[in-house]
Amino acid sequence: MTEAPGTSPGPAASAAAIAADVRSGRRSASAVTEQSLAAIAAGDGEVNAFALVTADSARRRAEEIDARVAAGADPGPLAGVPVALKDNLCTRGVPTTCCSRILDGWCPPYDATVVERLAAAGAVVVGKSNMDEFAMGSSTETSAFGPTRNPRDTSRVPGGSSGGSAAAVAAGFTPIALGSDTGGSVRQPAALCGVVGMKPTYGTVSRYGLVAFASSLDQVGPLAATVADAALLFDIIGGHDERDTTSLDRPAPRLASVVDQGVDGMTIGVLAEYLEGADPAVAGRIAQAAEVLAAAGARVEEVSVPEVRLGLSAYYLIAPAEASSNLARYDGVRYGLRVDAEDTVEMNVATRSAGFGAEVKRRIMLGTYALSAGYLDAYYGQALRVRTRIIDGFAVAYERCDALLGPTAPTTAFELGAKLDDPLSMYLSDVCTIPSNLAGHPAISVPFGTGSDGLPVGAQVLAPALAEATMFKVAAVLEAGAPVGGAA
Amino acid sequence: MTDVRRADQDGAGEAWEMVVGLEVHTELKTATKLFCGCANLFGDEPNTRVCPVCLGLPGSLPVLNQRAVELAMAIGTALHCEIRPSTFHRKNYFYPDMPKDYQISQYDEPINVSGWLELPGGRRIGIERAHLEEDTGKTAHAGASGRIHGAEYSLVDYNRSGVPLVEIVSAPDMRSSAEARAYAAELRAILVACGASDGKMEEGSMRVDANVSVRRGPDAPFGTRCEIKNLNSLRSLGRAVDFEARRQIALLESGEVVVQQTRHWDEGEGRTVALRSKEEAYDYRYFLEPDLVPVVPDPAWITAVGASLGPLPGERRARLATLVAGALPAGAGGSPDPGVGADLEGAPGVSDADQEQISTVVDLGLDGLVTAAVEGGIPARLALARTANEAATDAAAAAGLDPRAYTSLLAMEVAGSLSATQVKAVLHDLLAGGGDPAELARARGFEAMADGALVAVVQEAVDSHPAEWDRYRGGEEKLAQFFVGQVMKATRGQANGKAVVAELERLAAR
Ligand SMILES: [Zn+2]
Repeated sequence: MTEAPGTSPGPAASAAAIAADVRSGRRSASAVTEQSLAAIAAGDGEVNAFALVTADSARRRAEEIDARVAAGADPGPLAGVPVALKDNLCTRGVPTTCCSRILDGWCPPYDATVVERLAAAGAVVVGKSNMDEFAMGSSTETSAFGPTRNPRDTSRVPGGSSGGSAAAVAAGFTPIALGSDTGGSVRQPAALCGVVGMKPTYGTVSRYGLVAFASSLDQVGPLAATVADAALLFDIIGGHDERDTTSLDRPAPRLASVVDQGVDGMTIGVLAEYLEGADPAVAGRIAQAAEVLAAAGARVEEVSVPEVRLGLSAYYLIAPAEASSNLARYDGVRYGLRVDAEDTVEMNVATRSAGFGAEVKRRIMLGTYALSAGYLDAYYGQALRVRTRIIDGFAVAYERCDALLGPTAPTTAFELGAKLDDPLSMYLSDVCTIPSNLAGHPAISVPFGTGSDGLPVGAQVLAPALAEATMFKVAAVLEAGAPVGGAA
Repeated sequence: MTDVRRADQDGAGEAWEMVVGLEVHTELKTATKLFCGCANLFGDEPNTRVCPVCLGLPGSLPVLNQRAVELAMAIGTALHCEIRPSTFHRKNYFYPDMPKDYQISQYDEPINVSGWLELPGGRRIGIERAHLEEDTGKTAHAGASGRIHGAEYSLVDYNRSGVPLVEIVSAPDMRSSAEARAYAAELRAILVACGASDGKMEEGSMRVDANVSVRRGPDAPFGTRCEIKNLNSLRSLGRAVDFEARRQIALLESGEVVVQQTRHWDEGEGRTVALRSKEEAYDYRYFLEPDLVPVVPDPAWITAVGASLGPLPGERRARLATLVAGALPAGAGGSPDPGVGADLEGAPGVSDADQEQISTVVDLGLDGLVTAAVEGGIPARLALARTANEAATDAAAAAGLDPRAYTSLLAMEVAGSLSATQVKAVLHDLLAGGGDPAELARARGFEAMADGALVAVVQEAVDSHPAEWDRYRGGEEKLAQFFVGQVMKATRGQANGKAVVAELERLAAR
């Protein structure tokens, strides 16, 4: 691994280790929090992982946890662990803007379910992380707060849209973070920043309090330095929530203890379509990853799911269609930005024109068009049919395979500004992540060596719905076998 | 006036026929809103019954109210609909009182389809669908006109936002304004009977839109229709439908065409006016609501909802009519009230007036009082008349009356211990505050009109009108009413008419 100029991302202690220390009184939550805040103060001027650092409330929260430990209570499995929250997760009384001017200064009157669950587990929120505006982007460059830079190389993007969360973990600001993944927004930045990022099965994590981008695709997902921490975080945020009707009526997952059970006897398919457009160095790392799995006792074979080639096109109809409706409420009437005008309609138009950035407007227009009378079936309807075909295609592969392997992104992190004016090329960086969202399946990105440029490569493990246990086991084997340093 | 066929015969071929279909929105009487836990209440301070969900705050999600589904299924059952698995869609359009700028509504898979409603006359009107959706908030335009144009600013109250609605869409089966009114009245009675709605048109808890078209006779294809909004009473509905049909006929007869549009009923002006054509150009971009899952009620649930339904208005009217018909004394005297007795004479069946009283009583849900009184030995016509004419004046209080107290009050009238006028006065007290009718009567001093006092008043009336008295004694029995009138005047209505007649008969026989 090459050290990037300008920052020195240190290996963060794992969340599990921090929590164990805090629970046992070996370390105080306040000391851990101060260390995190100091790292942010030192490094975030350049990285810009945070839209907002909540230092005061983090310190108060850490003191509470220390008081509870002193009183003999157990603050929970994330006791004193600093965490970054993507800025589309509602935090009571703390600005939640989706990094958009249109929500400038909006403070939700409630916490998202995942935020409540983190608090109940003893975590300490140190800030709201930067993101592409309304999670629409793959580089964290469309944020109204300016772009986040990749801690591994600050001339590069961190990926997106959860680029701030991925960068916070990669830079060692926090050991864990939450992002949201609609088309790859947790996994792709995790890959580009060299951290672990996971998208759960649709419905396993509550969306209550996640500001909606595309409701049928959105899932909150964990980012962490290790697979074990990602599993720990998933265990805490997962499970049924009666406030989200689409959350599955299942008990909370208990996977942290199964991640190191290995892949012996599993059949793992290397997804041919995901290697087609990949950078050769990236493809080389995936071949190497397949060898690691085979060496660990898995049967590895090449698998084709041709339907995934249709994913990108379907996604860019379904996601904008839902977004055009979800983002209608930002009309200047109730909260956020209002640009005054002659009448209500003019006020709506002026507010939305001023408040939304170019990429958000592009997707609202795309989605509005896709749902319009006369085009609904040809665009939105067709996209839904493609979605069904992708689910069917994966089902065939999973008749033979327990999990699938491929790259998370076709390339390593690209230069800032390289794709900002070329939306299609930007969209292509999610080509390997989108099908899992369309299918509603879980997938995880694990750092697996570097590309020819010395920047991190992510290996992606895909699994059938609710097969997170399998997915984590494969990911842990890859993590343990990942090459250290040097080009492929 | 209500019959276009008659009013517009022009001899030049088939007569005009109007075709009416109604879309009725009813607010459901649930404790909470359709997708959140906020109280479903009116009249509170603006924006006090709100939460992140019904304000559509970013990140909030809807959770379907099970009771609203039950009430929708109850409506479907009462309207003989097929109850089916259903889904919700988003209807997208911008409006300030709609916090998400889309409405969650059932679209192509509604919970209730293909039913019918039987009008009191027996005609069946088709029901195409009855589906669930959420209500919007309310906008008040401040400024000179109170309307959106020229308003200085607008204020929005979201207390109503997310209140559950069921929209009931009839087939275009009505052929006159009278039928349209009858349909709306019957539907209202059914909704009230289901416990689904309080059916108050004036207060907006039941809102009626009318689709009106006209055609040349019953075999002609349907004409172009117009949708009439702002119908706040049955009277408005009838007037608006008639006006609109005549407007369309006039257009067609002068060689013009009817343009499909939404029109607003102006009650003051007595006419419909076109709303802006922009209203019609909406493309709602319906798509399946991704935040909700399909509603698939299991058969046991549907059966339980059906079983919990009480008898519906048609059945309840028939039951009262049977009581009235069965109670006919077939010419026998003994009616305690001359007024009611007069109706009885020569009316062996159930008259139109009876039917009207029966409808009133059933619409107000007071038929239980009548039934209880009849079971307590009160003649059916008396129980019906007192309920329809007196108790109905305060229907809300009457609905809470103790049937035993009501029955014992009417029993005092039957026994002659209270006059009709006194009964009405005591009933007023009973409705206002409840209590024991005998004590209420004593409190009003009604027991003071004892037999001795009555004898003196009757004697005085006889002494003051010797000519009339002679004619009465000579056999002119109708003069009894004259003396009853005199006694009533002297006692300010406190005397018992039956007792007066008895005293007259006693004096005459002496
Ligand atoms: Zn609410």
